[in-house]
Amino acid sequence: MPRMGYSFPEEVLEHVFSFIQSDEDRNAISEVCRSWHDIERWSRRRVFVGNCYAISPTMVIRRFPEVRSVKLKGKPHFADFNLVPEGWGGYVAPWISAMASAYPWLEEIRLKRMVITDESLELISKSFKNFKVLVLSSCEGFSTDGLAAIAANCRNLRELDLGESEVEDLSGHWLSRFPDNYTSMVSLNIACLGWEVSFSALERLVGRCPNLRTLRLNRAVPLDKLANLLCRAPQLVELGTGAYSSELRPDVFSNLSGAFSGCKELKSLSGFWDVVPGYLPAVYPICSKLKSLNLSYATIQSPELIKLVSQCQNLQRLWVLDYIEDAGLDALAASCKDLRELRVFPSDPFGQEPNVPLTEQGLVSVSEGCPKLQSVLYFCRQMSNAALMTIARNRPNMTRFRLCIIEPHTPDYLTLQPLDVGFGAIVEHCKDLRRLSLSGLLTDRVFEYIGTHAKKLEMLSVAFAGESDLGLHHILSGCDNLRKLEIRDCPFGDKALLANAAKLETMRSLWMSSCSVSFGACKLLGQKMPGLNVEVIDERGPPDLRPESCPIDKLYVYRTVSGPRFDMPGFVWTMAENPALRLS
Amino acid sequence: MESKVAYENDLNLKATELRLGLPGTDYSEEQALFSARNNKRPLPDTNEKCGSKGCTDAPHAGNETAPSTKTQIVGWPPIRSYRKNNLQPKKTEPEAAGIYVKVSMDGAPYLRKIDLRIYKGYPELLQALENMFKFTIGEYSEREGYKGSEYVPTYEDKDGDWMLVGDVPWDMFMSSCKRLRIMKGSEARGLGCGI
Repeated sequence: MPRMGYSFPEEVLEHVFSFIQSDEDRNAISEVCRSWHDIERWSRRRVFVGNCYAISPTMVIRRFPEVRSVKLKGKPHFADFNLVPEGWGGYVAPWISAMASAYPWLEEIRLKRMVITDESLELISKSFKNFKVLVLSSCEGFSTDGLAAIAANCRNLRELDLGESEVEDLSGHWLSRFPDNYTSMVSLNIACLGWEVSFSALERLVGRCPNLRTLRLNRAVPLDKLANLLCRAPQLVELGTGAYSSELRPDVFSNLSGAFSGCKELKSLSGFWDVVPGYLPAVYPICSKLKSLNLSYATIQSPELIKLVSQCQNLQRLWVLDYIEDAGLDALAASCKDLRELRVFPSDPFGQEPNVPLTEQGLVSVSEGCPKLQSVLYFCRQMSNAALMTIARNRPNMTRFRLCIIEPHTPDYLTLQPLDVGFGAIVEHCKDLRRLSLSGLLTDRVFEYIGTHAKKLEMLSVAFAGESDLGLHHILSGCDNLRKLEIRDCPFGDKALLANAAKLETMRSLWMSSCSVSFGACKLLGQKMPGLNVEVIDERGPPDLRPESCPIDKLYVYRTVSGPRFDMPGFVWTMAENPALRLS
Repeated sequence: MESKVAYENDLNLKATELRLGLPGTDYSEEQALFSARNNKRPLPDTNEKCGSKGCTDAPHAGNETAPSTKTQIVGWPPIRSYRKNNLQPKKTEPEAAGIYVKVSMDGAPYLRKIDLRIYKGYPELLQALENMFKFTIGEYSEREGYKGSEYVPTYEDKDGDWMLVGDVPWDMFMSSCKRLRIMKGSEARGLGCGI
């Protein structure tokens, strides 16, 4: 075997490896032999760390010294719904400072659910001469001052995407900090900014960047200025409008319509806050080329939605409010045969009664009419096992299925039975299902079906479901490819957790809140499994001041090679092997 | 004569209420099925004893003050704050505007206008009408309307029909009432709950 290693010079292997992009494949390559491991690590250019606490920046840098692109994720997914208290963690600063000295040629940073400060942004802008891409998805902790530093110093910036981050708006003038000779912007997404940015700076920026393909504006950009921008960037492929409302004026309309017609490459539309329906026809000229349409902030009624959607025969992705109604989804099913992804959001999520005629029927229609449908997020108020079984049989190619029946514990509205068999049909028929979110009235049986059939499932979200530990046991013992499991308000306790402790090391993370896991079990888990961080999150105070049998509030367990973290706030405790490390 | 209107605002709501629940389960039973933990944080009492009674956070702690399903649950439905915040239009809510309806009374020289929003229910409304027009309304009954009253309160609803005030739940009345007319009792015969 050592002789094999000498038959190819390193340069040749390196060249071959440069064609291998996927992390999985590169990980496999690095396990072949010592020399392949070494060659691979020097040639790896992209690193993705799905949980920033799973490994330390030092370890990453030590193994991969020549990285150009880093992607990190911080807080657990349920942080999106306010279940993770403020201050929990996800700080990117240690990563930025480590990389500032170790990776001078770093080009791309992509963060999701992390806390990043203006200081870090400034450090980025000054440390990486060839910095090209900054994507901050659902991040927080920074202000427009940090953005000003990026604008002023990153001469080679191509992409600035603020996602759905929370940005402290100190001044709209940060955009003016892009120098006059800066022309390299390709993708700019400022949709999340609450206040006005300097419009003239925006106009000039758009006008001088000939490669601009993506422009997502914020709500504060008025409609009557949109035509102007579009005329300066007719090469746009993706556009997010600002507020889509203005007094109905024929001149504004014809300018807008003309501008849209001039954008021959436009394939994706979003924005559409505060829509005045009279202006919708301005986009009709480009509808037939659209692949992606995000109307999830557009409070327009079904008839207008139908008129719009019926013209988008090439639509692959639609995000929309439930104003579309079952009738609109019927129209979608009839017109958009290439549809791959549908998300229907609730217009009145906290109302007690349904405010629109949107039921399970709409989803059934789309599942029947759209043969390529594989990704669904659907909020509704009623569901039946029969509908779920129909959807499952229609769409065995489904890969992501997230159903949210708004009222917890809602049974099949026709039979008043739990929805176990309906979801069972989904996992049985959709053999490539990778992501599933459950809702409605569910017993332990649904988990038995999931454990038995959902062999490719990677992420499962469970709320207000199940009857006993058996439910959790089915998931942990049956789902071979499970990476992320998040559970809230279910009667799952210690038994299943401890019996399946080893499984947790094969997963990225487990979240359990408002369940019945006791403090004692958490301690035991932490002691037995040194490869896991077992974090107890409890704002009531130190858990060891209560009896061990007392259930804890929130549990977050994740595998890690770098031990307990040191940036925990006062309401988080790590259950460690060494009791002395437990801070209380 | 006392003009007591002897019924409640939400007339017979419970009887017609549609509930989603397993047959045979009671509303309160359903509460105990899911976590009795409400999302108000209990006071940080570090001497809290745990046990069958003390541990208020055990999900199966029987029928302890179970929260009503009507109170909002933290983080449910699962919608990002970003989306929740952005869904509301920046204009003020229409509810703030008030629901003004004209009130006419047979024989009165001119009409009045009232804001239905300021009344909590039928008793207050009728009291206000009596004060405004200086008359009295008799007792309401589902079967016989305002039998024996000199004047009878009626209203025109969204469909253009003239209805007896008091038949439908208050909220439904508020959203469907277009205007009020206080009819002479003799003319009002025929308007009753016989519909």
